[in-house]
Amino acid sequence: MKLNFEHHQTAHCENGVASNLLLNKGLKLSEPMIFGIGSGLFFVYLPFLKVNFAPGFSYRPMPGAIFSKAAKRLGIKIKREKFSNPQDAQKALEKNLEQNIPTGLQVGVFNLTYFPEEYKFHFNAHNLVVYGKEDGKFLISDPVMDYVTSLSEAELEKVRYAKGALPPKGHMYYPIYVPENINLEEAIKKGIKDTCKNMLAPVPLIGVKAMRWVAKSIPKWAEKKGTKVTNHYLGQLIRMQEEIGTGGGGFRFIYGAFLQEAAVVLKNDQLKELSQEITAIGDLWRDFAVDIARVYKNRNSKSNIYNELSKTMLHIADLEEAFYKKLRKAI
Amino acid sequence: MKKQDLPQDESNLKSANMTEVLYVTDENNNYTTANSTGWDAKKAALDESMELIYERIEEARQNVANNTVSPIVYFMELNKMDLGVLASYVGMWQWRVKRHFKPRIFTTLSETALKKYADAFGISVDELKNFDGK
Repeated sequence: MKLNFEHHQTAHCENGVASNLLLNKGLKLSEPMIFGIGSGLFFVYLPFLKVNFAPGFSYRPMPGAIFSKAAKRLGIKIKREKFSNPQDAQKALEKNLEQNIPTGLQVGVFNLTYFPEEYKFHFNAHNLVVYGKEDGKFLISDPVMDYVTSLSEAELEKVRYAKGALPPKGHMYYPIYVPENINLEEAIKKGIKDTCKNMLAPVPLIGVKAMRWVAKSIPKWAEKKGTKVTNHYLGQLIRMQEEIGTGGGGFRFIYGAFLQEAAVVLKNDQLKELSQEITAIGDLWRDFAVDIARVYKNRNSKSNIYNELSKTMLHIADLEEAFYKKLRKAI
Repeated sequence: MKKQDLPQDESNLKSANMTEVLYVTDENNNYTTANSTGWDAKKAALDESMELIYERIEEARQNVANNTVSPIVYFMELNKMDLGVLASYVGMWQWRVKRHFKPRIFTTLSETALKKYADAFGISVDELKNFDGK
């Protein structure tokens, strides 16, 4: 059985699943729209939480937050279920397919057979859609893939019951109610306000203040922990910035696309200008990643390289702060 | 980023025959999407991370060969796990798993406990027990 489902490749898994599932329900919203309304732009620094032997950085909010927030602001209802027993989880999924419901799943990426080796980590908040079952295999629309794939029952069970941080526990979700008239203007405004509030939050762990904390820590790492560890931490920062589904520079570009669309919906030309501003900031994040990559290549480079990286990141934080202040005023 | 500036470097994506989508701007500064085969800066970060993993695996192998740690440590590194992830896969407390890292304790483990580890690593109990790191 194969449901009528359109696969669209997207830049980020969560927006992608949301956008593809809603399109299937007849609601056409672009990936950037979901991302902006769901306040996907974020920054958090968790120095005490070690991920992959480096401190935790993230350019995204908690997994699931984007779709939940976007749905709430648009008046869409999503049903979410978790199962303690893997067999129940499979039965519930098959029942959904029989009722013609393409279903979103939270999965771990470590055992995703179709991913390249370098992307297989114990990261459990990836999202994909199951849109059918043929010859004992589940048909998979993974939004970061160019093409649709399939997984056997055993393979799917493995990724749905991955362990470690944020275990999916068979988590499946699908929209059950989409209102006929959607107040897009109001939803966009709410999304923008929430993003500004988070990024300008007066706490050191999130938003612009967290970026500054990381920036100031770079020379300290070099002094206390040496070049090898510092380079690894910086590598983690790039991976979090640019890896599939976690993009920082990439996220700024999605936000730019959102503001461009929002400018039309709200008839607000200032948003179009701000779209260009965040695009320029996204370019700086990418330049920053290139600078870090250069540090790897010349391992014996002079010690003030870390001071320079720190300065670059502080500069980006200043630009972002100014950007969110303008954005808050613009709506 | 302008569409024409989007890097098309060779990367790890090639092994899975995939590309990634990015949001880029066209000649009129309007947003559109484009596919990329990869980017050197990102590849450098991924390679560094893989290198670190290979180093850890090699170190663990030598430690097993020198009988300073149990084979569990080697397979944990091989599966890119840390103590927390492994403990949740086998359903034991972290301190207990840590105890099983000691070769002397490892030899006293029951078949049931060994089976849990072997399943978590996707290998047989014999493969786990007989791994000597040599």
